[in-house]
Amino acid sequence: MKKEIEFTINGERRKLIVKPNELLLNVIREDLGLTGTKYGCGTGECGACTVLVDGEPVVSCLTLAVAADKKTITTIEGIGTSENPYPLQLAFVETGAVQCGFCTPGMILSAKALLDKNPNPTENEIKQAIAGNLCRCTGYVKIIEAIKLAAERMRGRKR
Amino acid sequence: MRKFKVVGKSVPKVDALALAQGKPLFTDDIELRGMLHAKILWSPHAHARIKNIDTSKAEALPGVHAVLCYKNVPRVIHTTAGQGWPEPSPYDIVMFDNKVRYVGDRVAAVAAETEEIAERALELIKVEYEPLPAVFDPERAMDKGAPVIHDEPDCKYIIPVFYDPKHNHCAHIDLEVGDFEQGIKEADFVVECKFKTHHEQHCSLEPHTCICYFDPAGRLIIRTSNQVPFHVRRIVAQCLQVPERMIRVIKPRIGGGFGGKQEVLIEEVCAMLAMLTKRPVRLAYTREEEFVSARVRHPMVMWAKTGVKKDGTITAIQLKVLSNAGAYGAHAMTVMNNTCAKALPLFRCKNIKWVADAVYTNLLPGGAYRGYGVTQAAFPMGVMMDEMAEAIGMDPVDFWKLNTIKEGETSPIFKALSETGRGVEMIVESCSLPECIDKGAEVFGWREKRERYKKQSKGPIKHGIGMCCLVQGGTVPLIDMASAYAKMNDDGSFNLLIGATDLGTGADTVLSQIFAETLDIPVEDVIVYPSDTDLTPFDKGAYASGTTYLSGMAVLRTAEKIREQILGVAADILGEPKEGLRIENKGVVSGKSGKRVEFSQIIKRALYGKDQFQIGATASEFSRLPPQSFAAHFAEVAVDTETGQVKVLSYVAAVDCGTAVNPKLAEGQAEGAILNGISYALTEEFIFDDRGRVLNPSFTDYKIFSAPDIPKITTILVPSYEPTGPYGAKTVGEVNINGPLPAISNAIYNAVGIRLYETPFTPERVLNALKEKRKSKIKQR
Repeated sequence: MKKEIEFTINGERRKLIVKPNELLLNVIREDLGLTGTKYGCGTGECGACTVLVDGEPVVSCLTLAVAADKKTITTIEGIGTSENPYPLQLAFVETGAVQCGFCTPGMILSAKALLDKNPNPTENEIKQAIAGNLCRCTGYVKIIEAIKLAAERMRGRKR
Repeated sequence: MRKFKVVGKSVPKVDALALAQGKPLFTDDIELRGMLHAKILWSPHAHARIKNIDTSKAEALPGVHAVLCYKNVPRVIHTTAGQGWPEPSPYDIVMFDNKVRYVGDRVAAVAAETEEIAERALELIKVEYEPLPAVFDPERAMDKGAPVIHDEPDCKYIIPVFYDPKHNHCAHIDLEVGDFEQGIKEADFVVECKFKTHHEQHCSLEPHTCICYFDPAGRLIIRTSNQVPFHVRRIVAQCLQVPERMIRVIKPRIGGGFGGKQEVLIEEVCAMLAMLTKRPVRLAYTREEEFVSARVRHPMVMWAKTGVKKDGTITAIQLKVLSNAGAYGAHAMTVMNNTCAKALPLFRCKNIKWVADAVYTNLLPGGAYRGYGVTQAAFPMGVMMDEMAEAIGMDPVDFWKLNTIKEGETSPIFKALSETGRGVEMIVESCSLPECIDKGAEVFGWREKRERYKKQSKGPIKHGIGMCCLVQGGTVPLIDMASAYAKMNDDGSFNLLIGATDLGTGADTVLSQIFAETLDIPVEDVIVYPSDTDLTPFDKGAYASGTTYLSGMAVLRTAEKIREQILGVAADILGEPKEGLRIENKGVVSGKSGKRVEFSQIIKRALYGKDQFQIGATASEFSRLPPQSFAAHFAEVAVDTETGQVKVLSYVAAVDCGTAVNPKLAEGQAEGAILNGISYALTEEFIFDDRGRVLNPSFTDYKIFSAPDIPKITTILVPSYEPTGPYGAKTVGEVNINGPLPAISNAIYNAVGIRLYETPFTPERVLNALKEKRKSKIKQR
């Protein structure tokens, strides 16, 4: 028995027919072709599949697609544009926070959720916000630096 | 030191923005029409003979297109180790065997319309196993009567080295320089200890992933997340028994490797399924499969014995190594060799004895892992140095400084042994280690903290500091080769095609910088295209800390050849001799007349004007004298004597990687390696049951550090200038992963007076050692 769901993803309204047990990750990657969202573990432990659902970071590999019905989803493709990257994306590039880049989309989305609520986070708050996003390349040092830099810039812009 | 325009600048990583935007760059980010999904059936037994497999029901399942097992796949004995030919690893594995040698060994494979169907098909495969006794303890593996893991008659090395599979003896080498026993006699103090290191998984965030398909000409395309595309082509051709010209390997962006992808782990199965089905096939590991059936860092048992004089002279070093190769011997000998070849040249000592064995057991096969044996050896050696310093009452900082190799010096080890066997005689051409020690100690506050922690607070938390020094030679001498090709375009930009394999390290960027520096152009004018066996020239791949140094030299030589061509055309245009011309800021300038001609004019002349030709060149470099990268590491820990919990509070690494071509990327390499090392030292641990099964194959139960766990990490780059490297550069990928085990162990000793000789330093192990210490004190009374 398939189910019809409807959600807004990256500003676009989409209607989809999905299996009731289909994971949001698979719908995003395979049905919608948004491959910036990654499979890293399938058990919600690594955060590579992080997307924002109604502004909250969720691990899409543990979220059923039907649970996203009527919700608003943001994936990495939905923030910034090619010409005008999101401040977090630029800060990640400038600080050297991107190594292999596999964790980066999820990491940036977790950071975005933080900064949307708390534009001036402490280092501890940053660490807690990305606690669910594993990175094996960077040691997190430059990722934390990037989030701080982006926060500063985004505050500046708002002012 | 020379001034550079592009080298030494932290230009943004060339692929970083696309990655941060989530562009489809990885192996799994494409979807091919009609693509099938492959799944593999794993052995539930640590050691068993397969009496029969019945795949008929699986084959009959609608949606299943192929089932592979030992019955329908040719038996080609090979090694999965992604090394140069002839591989210094035993040929001891076939695609599918009628025997399994560890829980997680490959039994059969299915290709089906969907992953779900493939998984259902696996359940329908009936396997009749005859379980055999298994051996897990490397110290028991060579016992009389131990089960023989490789009893197949065709296992062998293809190079002349010791191999005795009938006794599970996968590799043996020993050597002695000077006279170890004499050195012991000359010593005032002799220290002797047994050490053990544990299994470690690479935990690349991107699991092993491969997609195979055929191009219209019927050639097999292998798109794979692999560090060694050229070795993949060679080994898959071998396994499939097809000519190499039928295969093209493409490496997209890789989501981390760390050595785990220096292995042909899935490509040959995926390719075989594609050949049989004539359809594109995708094979990707799950995270659990990464833990139970990929590769690990070789665990080792090591016995160290050293002698030291009261004045601080080390008179003798002996290191005996027993490496647990697991079920297959990929990288077993070379990793074992590095516990000497790449680890011991650090020490100024005339009398060194080293005895090493690698044995088969029925556990996960070892493989390449960042540090590659040096990580293992750095632990005993780093702790022994601390013990010797204590024995003679010298501060560790002074003791390390006194006893580590300096610029212009040599080590007898260089000549005696390399990773693969015979070494090369050489001197250390560049070394800023003494400065690394000084600067690191200063930034860390070594002397002050050493004083401060002499008095511990009354509470349960005790503080301590520890240090160590490290070396890691880059490349395998006389074996490794890298090459590049570049051509000039109409607008004066360049395509740079490199065999080198960027696995997230930033190699594409660093190599573009070297190219840009040589031709005095901005990095934006370099269009880099890496690792495609059809389009780019050969490179050994990303391993042995070789890319910046060796691939860098190949790129430099390529650019130099192109520079000559550019100057030749410019000379013709300007009507001046080539010798008086120089390249400057995308143009050529005459020193004599001051006339200038732009690159864009030069290339237009070459392509369209007169005596037309393509400005372009290819060049290679092979490793002659492997450069040595150094580091001094300092760790500060807090030990909770009630819970046994060890927390690293701060960590300082002073690193000599020669010229840092891109300082930010070099720092990133250090920081990532350090945190991986700390996480390995404290929390990462495989738990096996008594039947050899991994009980914790997930990130929940195999704990790698996340952001809240990290200490304050400070990296200081202390440049030296390596004359054999590109613009003085050496390598930085591996050396820093070797520090945390010894530095933290020494810091724990400094805090609570217990020596931990076995890793990881878990609360349980710390508490037990504290209990033992209390007991022994009671006994002494």
